[in-house]
Amino acid sequence: MNVAIFLVSLVLVVALLLPFYRLVIGPTVFDRMMGVGVIGTKTVVLVCLVGFAYGRIDMFIDIAISYAMLNYIGTVVVAKYLDHPGARER
Amino acid sequence: MIATLATVAGIGLILAGVAFALIGSIGVLRLPDFYTRMHAASKLDTMSLGLCMTGLAILQGPDLNAVKLILIFLFASIANPAAANALGRSAIRAGLEPWSVARQKKGKRS
Repeated sequence: MNVAIFLVSLVLVVALLLPFYRLVIGPTVFDRMMGVGVIGTKTVVLVCLVGFAYGRIDMFIDIAISYAMLNYIGTVVVAKYLDHPGARER
Repeated sequence: MIATLATVAGIGLILAGVAFALIGSIGVLRLPDFYTRMHAASKLDTMSLGLCMTGLAILQGPDLNAVKLILIFLFASIANPAAANALGRSAIRAGLEPWSVARQKKGKRS
């Protein structure tokens, strides 16, 4: 079963590397922030899968919880920071 | 018998979640506009995380770690659409115009 979890994690890594295009050459700053959010959400899933495959999910799951909260707070803070006319030109 | 059924159900849910993640990533790459890309990213990511966490909780069995996995799912199902809503609202207020066929024919990038 661990081999199956590792193969699924490999497919998830491919799905995680695709939004780096949007993160590096996104046309606006909002596209970049959306790329950060997508990569963060997929990283939470990846951390849980890897923790389950190594049999230490009790340690990895706390990292996943804190990463999910940090991702949400960071996205909301940057969205509030860019919440004015003229933020598109950045 | 029950253990085999739980394993099959958990692996199936995780496979469905990873398929949703892959489709969401392709949508983030391919769609023409920030708002449509946000539509693909937020909903498919939340669905993918929910399916993967439920599958892992079924594989884990009934203990504290399964409860924590379900708690991650509940937190993400509230926080992920809220973050997407905040980002889309700030994009609207910053003056980013949505994609349309007329704008694309005029050659404007959105």
